[in-house]
Amino acid sequence: MTNTIHTHTLDNGLVLVAEPMMSLESAAFTFLVPAGCCHDPADRLGLGSFTCEMALRGAGSRDSRRFVEDLENLGVEHNESVSVEHASYSGATLASSLPAAISIFADLLRRPHLPPEQIEAGRMVVLQEVRGIEDEPAQKVMIELRSQSYPDPWGRSSHGTQDALMAITIDEIRNHFARLYRPGGTMLGVAGRFDWEQLKDHVESLFGDWKPVEVELPPEAVRAHKYAHIEYPSNQTQIGIAYPSIPYRDPDYFQAWGAVGVLSGGMSSRLFTEVRERRGLCYSVYASHHTQRDRARVICYAGTSTERAQETLDVTLGELKALADGVQSHELDRLKARIKSGLIMQQESSSSRSAAIARDWYHLGRVRTLEELGALVDGLSCDSINGYLSQSPPSDFTVVTLGPQPLEVSVGVS
Amino acid sequence: MEFRNHTLDNGLEIIAECDDEAHTTAVGYFVKTGSRDETDEIAGVSHFLEHMVFKGTPSRSAADVNREFDEMGAYYNAFTSEENTVYYAAVLPEFQGRSIELLADILRPSLREDDFNTEKNVILEEIQMYMDQPPFGADDTIKALHLPGHPLARSVLGTAETITALRPEAMRTYFERQYSPRNIVVATAGRVDFPALVDQVAERCGQWAPRDVSRETSRAASHSAFEVITNSSAAQQYFLQLANGPAADDPLSERFAAKLLATVVGDDSGSRMYWDLVDTGLAEHASLSHHEYDGTGMYMVYASCDPSGATDLAQRLSDILRTVDRDGVTDEEVRLAKCKIKSRVVIGSERPRNRLFYVGGNWLSRREYRALREDLQSLDAITRDQVNAVLERFPLSENTSLTVGPLASVPRPS
Repeated sequence: MTNTIHTHTLDNGLVLVAEPMMSLESAAFTFLVPAGCCHDPADRLGLGSFTCEMALRGAGSRDSRRFVEDLENLGVEHNESVSVEHASYSGATLASSLPAAISIFADLLRRPHLPPEQIEAGRMVVLQEVRGIEDEPAQKVMIELRSQSYPDPWGRSSHGTQDALMAITIDEIRNHFARLYRPGGTMLGVAGRFDWEQLKDHVESLFGDWKPVEVELPPEAVRAHKYAHIEYPSNQTQIGIAYPSIPYRDPDYFQAWGAVGVLSGGMSSRLFTEVRERRGLCYSVYASHHTQRDRARVICYAGTSTERAQETLDVTLGELKALADGVQSHELDRLKARIKSGLIMQQESSSSRSAAIARDWYHLGRVRTLEELGALVDGLSCDSINGYLSQSPPSDFTVVTLGPQPLEVSVGVS
Repeated sequence: MEFRNHTLDNGLEIIAECDDEAHTTAVGYFVKTGSRDETDEIAGVSHFLEHMVFKGTPSRSAADVNREFDEMGAYYNAFTSEENTVYYAAVLPEFQGRSIELLADILRPSLREDDFNTEKNVILEEIQMYMDQPPFGADDTIKALHLPGHPLARSVLGTAETITALRPEAMRTYFERQYSPRNIVVATAGRVDFPALVDQVAERCGQWAPRDVSRETSRAASHSAFEVITNSSAAQQYFLQLANGPAADDPLSERFAAKLLATVVGDDSGSRMYWDLVDTGLAEHASLSHHEYDGTGMYMVYASCDPSGATDLAQRLSDILRTVDRDGVTDEEVRLAKCKIKSRVVIGSERPRNRLFYVGGNWLSRREYRALREDLQSLDAITRDQVNAVLERFPLSENTSLTVGPLASVPRPS
């Protein structure tokens, strides 16, 4: 597993990071633009998503239809999304089409039309997405869980609210774009088959004269809630549990991440074994480590029929608390095996690597190679993980449920 | 890339697409059985059995099975469809033998009664989960409307009633009948040691007693209907439509033409449905896909929207399908669809586990191997006239329509 990582920082602050994967025929790119929904004004929640939707409706010399057709001609599979911290634009294509694909997205990032005549169509698209979530109980509970567990604006859903989306004007979208789409803090991750010198020159020529703009991070509110219930006419009760953890750039991150891997990962992990395999309480149960740059949570989910929801919550919380008693060597061995093959499987996908290296740069200001990640994982021991767990046992739980009736939440919620 | 195959004396077939450059090995046991091979009394047994296969053998407990997969760091799972049940694992090449052995062992499960009863709860939870997600099992309803009395109309999950009533003896009888070595293909892709593979499979599966298995594959009769089901707990209105299309045993040119047609009319991006329904914000989602089975093929429309747009959406869906039936597709549309599909196929094929599903599925339905290059050439050779000929044989507007959502009625399109 020997990997080269190329990096190049433009004078205006835009960072290009790239990893060649010459066994592939594809190449993929991920732009992370620091225009996440944390910047949405409190009375305009959803502005970032609406702006992203409008940015796709024509840029540079291309109108909206031509924009999509040219990407299709190049065989570019693309995805756009807005998270709390970033607006993300990514795509994968055959290696020969990579430079042209990046040129099209350079137009989007620098010369979008944001056409006034299409704002009502764009508004309908983002409103449909908000309505669609009403029919996704599992997604709904996790959105509420993040918003209860993180201090605002860090727990927001980018979808926004119906009222705010109804009120947003084209001028607000244009101002939002002009303020937040900027080179400083934008990362472009590229992975797959490419020539580094050509790529670097191409990115310089596309973005070198992009003018920097200064933007401050929004202020942070105080978190208020520990347990919330959403009345919902469903067969199942959805359960979400969160507790604070440490972010990716913390030196102890891999200890925290390893502990969550023991809790939930393969089918022999604790939650799957205790909640599903032994008791048959639910079909889906998991926990995962969710990291932002300066804060993190462990996020846990279980969905089960209402009459078994209390037991499911109690057993799940019990497993979270029992993590404080430490992990065992056979659990750690399985975790390492899983991570090792996961790292190797990342080499089979240019898309996943392009996103991973862009995120690495965001969190660390550098990129960890797969070799380096492998060495960090090899360095994990029961002593190191248990040392971390005894210092920072899972606690301060936030619980959100969704279903016909609320549950008793007594265990461990301080 | 080299294709190799071998048949054991008891009829079990072994196939491999060997790629010495691959990082991983993907192995799958493809059993040619699914809900179409069931009867009313055992509806849902194929999928329930798929769960039970992970519950252990005379020499392994359920916990052993999960633990051993995790010790290899395997990416593993199983799925059941109308006509196939597939158990698979992607592993590092050093675990080829161990994963083949473990999968072979679990394919002769103990089906213990206490495991059966616990797992029954998990299946019931899975059914409840889908019943909470609009359009609430409408995919089963529309199959029953479109293919009344045909085996393909059977639900993969079954219902809470049939699963509750199911006895372990009935599952054993089904298992004995369907899991014959003559009905199983061991498929592999990626880095494969083929001579070792043949030895490994022969050692573990060579003594499995053969038995003839048959399947009813008559072509389903055409049917046309427009039904409305009211479910007031849904936020969005959902539309499903089924039309007949080329089957798995139809010529390659017709099947590929059908894929191109579905891409032109109903791809997620850049299709007729995209521009008319999604880009305008009328629909949250609108797509057309083609599905092929033994003896029968189907196109499926899936769309959702804010209920206020339902009448409009129903009419415009109908207009899109009638227009394409009448006027066919254009050369330019076919060319763009080829670009998209080729790029997707090439990028997807970079992962051995994606190739596994394609290579195994192709062998199961046609006993045919096709290299990626051959497929790309065949796709390139499809003409607009061939696409339009398929439209003439299987018009998209002759379909069964179902809408599910809060509306009490939706007018049938004119």
